[in-house]
Amino acid sequence: MYGLFLRHFYLITRSFPRVLDLVYWPTIQITLWGFISNFFATHTTYYNNAVGVILTCAILYDFLFRTSIGFNMLFLEEIWSRNFTNLFIAPMKIGEILTSLVATALIRALIGLIPAVLLTSPLFGISILDLGIFLFFLFLSLYLFGITLGILVSAGLLRYGPSFENIAWSTMFLLAPFGCIYYPIEILPEVFQKIAYLLPLVYIFEEARNILINQTVDIQNIYYAFLWNGVYFVLSIVLFYYSFNVAKNKGTLINMGE
Amino acid sequence: MKNLVEVKNIKKNYGKNEAVKGISFNIKEDEILGLLGPNGSGKTTTIGMLLGLLKPTSGEILINGQKLEGNRIEILEQINFISPYIELPKKLTVKQNLTVYGKLYKINNINERIEFLSEKLRLGGLLNGITGELSSGQKNRVSLAKALINEPKVLLLDEPTASLDPEVGDFVRSFLEDYKKEKKISILLASHNMNEVTRLCKSILMMKDGIIIDKGNPEELINKHGRKNLEEVFLKLSRSKNELN
Repeated sequence: MYGLFLRHFYLITRSFPRVLDLVYWPTIQITLWGFISNFFATHTTYYNNAVGVILTCAILYDFLFRTSIGFNMLFLEEIWSRNFTNLFIAPMKIGEILTSLVATALIRALIGLIPAVLLTSPLFGISILDLGIFLFFLFLSLYLFGITLGILVSAGLLRYGPSFENIAWSTMFLLAPFGCIYYPIEILPEVFQKIAYLLPLVYIFEEARNILINQTVDIQNIYYAFLWNGVYFVLSIVLFYYSFNVAKNKGTLINMGE
Repeated sequence: MKNLVEVKNIKKNYGKNEAVKGISFNIKEDEILGLLGPNGSGKTTTIGMLLGLLKPTSGEILINGQKLEGNRIEILEQINFISPYIELPKKLTVKQNLTVYGKLYKINNINERIEFLSEKLRLGGLLNGITGELSSGQKNRVSLAKALINEPKVLLLDEPTASLDPEVGDFVRSFLEDYKKEKKISILLASHNMNEVTRLCKSILMMKDGIIIDKGNPEELINKHGRKNLEEVFLKLSRSKNELN
């Protein structure tokens, strides 16, 4: 019995991502649900005139989640199936690998999104299409951020190997409290607000709520969402190339499948 | 015969650890070069550098006259690799896997190529089978088909017959001999199977602690070290101090 305990104890203590994983989930859950509870306790009438707002935001967030996780899954599946080395010895440029993953992640996300959108109308009498033409821009912005996160996580997998896998699953949840998905940014403490404003998510979800509740459009929110998306996207590409070079020096590409 | 592979004084350091300490060798066309050495001798690191998966700390690699550094994509079109430590996606059928790699290697007539390889490697009845459900011997032949999908000029083989039964192992060796002769390709064979190396290789490199400690053809090495077979030579060199520096 002690031996089995030791086996897992050694495993946990030898891997920082595993330790982080243990601390991370309770912290994130408490933070996210703390802000949500706080918001509903103090703003009971906020959503009175727009019952579909929460559901619309949930669908938008799920699209982001599916895009990001979908991208990570494409990369992880190559590691799990021990096909990783085969791919990296094929005559493909890094740009070609990224482009194909980006396109495949979109298809995966759309396959998940379409049934969700279709179900909300008959089940809850709500249509996400109420967001009008701006829905396209919000989805595009979420897609860009989703694949950016996917590329960042893939860069981590290249750099650190499969032990980075846990981080791959948790990036979206880390950002959720700052993304202001279900509550306005004002509910966050000031320090958190400053962090949130550096992410495209807050502009996207604030704008979704603005369109649905106030029936107006603030182009500036959409502009800032794309601006930050552009910054993070470029950063993620640079980091991916950097990680590829580090992996070539450290030998991670060879050991990845083992 | 021209050299298809030229390795010039390559070194690879992982921090302070010197995995490969400056080795040089060539592989001619229509030649199988055996790469022998105990675990941790630097064989996999050397193969990794030849595949462009590892950047040498110093030195130069030329494939078919082109420097690997700066021409990675063009060179990867001309080489391929097989190892028991890497696999093809298990859920795909054999044909789907070969088609995927045919596309990745930009092969024009993929179906014709698959048909040719399936005939040569006895894959006919397996093409529609799920790759993950195949036996070790069948998977090995499929991996070999993938490795030959681009008609490589240079083939790198890491333990190509490990875990195969004698019949399949013999089939793979015969196939490699015939294919090499027919296509005049260069093959680097890393193996711990001394009978296999004796049969396939006219020249051998013995590696230990990141350097080449001896080289020659199997018969020469056996006579030089006064042993009965290559396995005994391998054991002697593995246990002795480095002979060549």
